[in-house]
Amino acid sequence: MMTQSDSPKAQDLPPAWTFPGFREGAWTILPLMPGLFAFGLAFGTVAARKGFSLLDALAMSGTVYAGVAQLVALETWPDKLTMPVIGGIVLVTALISSRFLLIGASLRPWLGSQPASKIYPALFFLVEPNWLMSMRYRANGGSDPAYLLGGGVVIYVVWIVSTAAGYALGTSIGDPHTFGIDMVMPAFFTAMLISMWRGARASSGMVIGGAVAIAVDFIFGGMWYLIVGALAGSVAGGFIDDPE
Amino acid sequence: MIQSDPLGFFVLLLAMTLVVYATRAGGFWLLGRVTIGPRLRKILEAMPGAVIAATVAPILLHGGLSAWLAVAAAAAAMLVVRNDFAAVVAGVAVAALARAAGL
Repeated sequence: MMTQSDSPKAQDLPPAWTFPGFREGAWTILPLMPGLFAFGLAFGTVAARKGFSLLDALAMSGTVYAGVAQLVALETWPDKLTMPVIGGIVLVTALISSRFLLIGASLRPWLGSQPASKIYPALFFLVEPNWLMSMRYRANGGSDPAYLLGGGVVIYVVWIVSTAAGYALGTSIGDPHTFGIDMVMPAFFTAMLISMWRGARASSGMVIGGAVAIAVDFIFGGMWYLIVGALAGSVAGGFIDDPE
Repeated sequence: MIQSDPLGFFVLLLAMTLVVYATRAGGFWLLGRVTIGPRLRKILEAMPGAVIAATVAPILLHGGLSAWLAVAAAAAAMLVVRNDFAAVVAGVAVAALARAAGL
């Protein structure tokens, strides 16, 4: 915010990164953490069921750090990692995380003047929750970029811890089918779809994506249903949701 | 499964990490140069929902009655309580009960 008391020089400087800003970002993200913990539990549980070691699961959460992409990768996990399979999983990962392009783009007006050496490492921690909180913080007049980082670091830690907790849960249970553990991911994704639902027209991409996936899976099998369904759904959703 | 192919797992992890980071940093970087049009914006906005629906829907095709009941229970719990935890617990519990009942 520019006020009359700001000197012209102070206006030209990019907003400073401060510890109070970091702490405020970390603190305000906490109410969202139970939901994220459930998400991490789901990932860890499914990873254990798919034969990951604890280190494998933690390595994936610590490097990829993208919940939906990680869960979808697990759900399509093959018996053998061939190059075409790896390519397919990476393609799906790119589709899922393409939403970060928009989120990152929306930060440009605020953080465009920041030095690359600070902003690009901080962007590793960019996910929806700290982005949403930061947009609200920004709209209320906040300008400290450390706010975004503070929320992101808390989310990162919770994501790692909940992955480990879910893994322990997944390995301590005998037959996952008997206890319904294989339904953790579908139940969680169903809940996500409901919270993302914005009406039949605005959310037509979900309906078409799901329908096309079923059709492709029924006809061809394999994991193409995911790529074809996701592409068909997002393109259709992009064209159907028109105001006119 | 994983242990039998540590190199493949490493390659996959590296590729996923790079791709996800490229999207995190790429939108910010790109907007210094180009603008995202309204059509592309809508397609990108529709993408997460489409991906999640495309992941879940075929499970209903293969999972049988217990999967249908579990997903229905999760949906009902979410609609009533609006809580991810409750939805997962409801879905898992109903699946376990249905299978215990031989469905």
